[in-house]
Amino acid sequence: MVYDCLILGGGPAGLSAAVQCGALGLRALLIGNPSGQNPLGRAERVENYLGLPGLTGGELLDAFQRHAAERGVQTVTGRAIAAMAYGDIFALTVGSEVYQGESVILATGVARGRVFPGEARLLGRGVSYCAVCDGMLYRGREVVVVGLAQDAAEEAAFLAGLGCQVTFLAPERPADLSPAIPYKKAQRLEILGEDRVTAVGTEGGQIPCQGVFLLREAVAPAALFPGLALEGGYLRVDRDLATSLPGVYACGDCTGPPLQIAKAVGEGQRAAHSVKNWLERQRNSKK
Amino acid sequence: MAALHLNEEGFFKLVESEKPVLVDFWADWCGPCKMLAPVIEELAAQYEGKVTVGKVNVDEVPDLAVRYGVMSIPTVILFVKGNEVDRLVGLMDKERFRLMVDAHI
Repeated sequence: MVYDCLILGGGPAGLSAAVQCGALGLRALLIGNPSGQNPLGRAERVENYLGLPGLTGGELLDAFQRHAAERGVQTVTGRAIAAMAYGDIFALTVGSEVYQGESVILATGVARGRVFPGEARLLGRGVSYCAVCDGMLYRGREVVVVGLAQDAAEEAAFLAGLGCQVTFLAPERPADLSPAIPYKKAQRLEILGEDRVTAVGTEGGQIPCQGVFLLREAVAPAALFPGLALEGGYLRVDRDLATSLPGVYACGDCTGPPLQIAKAVGEGQRAAHSVKNWLERQRNSKK
Repeated sequence: MAALHLNEEGFFKLVESEKPVLVDFWADWCGPCKMLAPVIEELAAQYEGKVTVGKVNVDEVPDLAVRYGVMSIPTVILFVKGNEVDRLVGLMDKERFRLMVDAHI
């Protein structure tokens, strides 16, 4: 199925865009991380959201999600790891599934976490962002899982189940990590190897391996869509929230400050309207 | 001509030939590989006579995937006279593949 719009991000901006897409009669699919990973859920108190002062971030997020669910917003939980435009259609890879849409709204929030030395150079040569997608290629081999997302322990268990020899690296040991998987505390990482991964360097020494699974909460939008123009580290958008790529819109924290809920919700709504207009222009031009 | 499905013997016979060979490493369980399949077929048609396009199923021919360090799929490798000259990893649009091929033929 080809959706009218794929919305990437399940925070205030993405949920607002999804609700508005529904109101405008667009078939939208919202792709987001498990809601427990949303940074808004960790906000102790939100004092400046109009009409609802004093709620916790979790309460506000629950209210946004309830609203979206009541409006029948279709959602998929997972991490988008790759995107492609072919012809007039966009394809987003989420785990080992691919979803197609005529437009995209990026509501990915602020990308957290830096790129490790060696990561870009060895991507696809031992560096992977998706255990479900590439795990089968590492059966019987030594792999390192760098756990930077809440579901990383689960993915490490998946790799161990395939027969990979897994070592789990993270600043702290996750409570749900299987006792059968060795854990090492590590914060400063470097991925080593000439034309393929041979080891991960940490402050405690090198760990030999053939694969490194970097499991972050999100892949930065500019890495998903090469060619997206940035400004001051954020996605460059115009007043309609159009990015530099036709058919790709952005809203919320990923477009820059103020990094506030009200701004995210407003931009989400506006991005949905812009998508509707864009789709109409596209469809009229084909008549 | 459609992309050729290669076993190990067919692969070596093909990549040693004079004509450049574009090989798509894929698997049945890989969603992005399925999305890429029509792009690979379009490339096979577009470069007919100039570049041979083949497909290697990494589950059926795992030794080839290991030999060429295919550690993420889809991986598309361009061979010229038996040597790897370039590769692209992941789901990408046709233009990226076209640029890679055009740079080497």
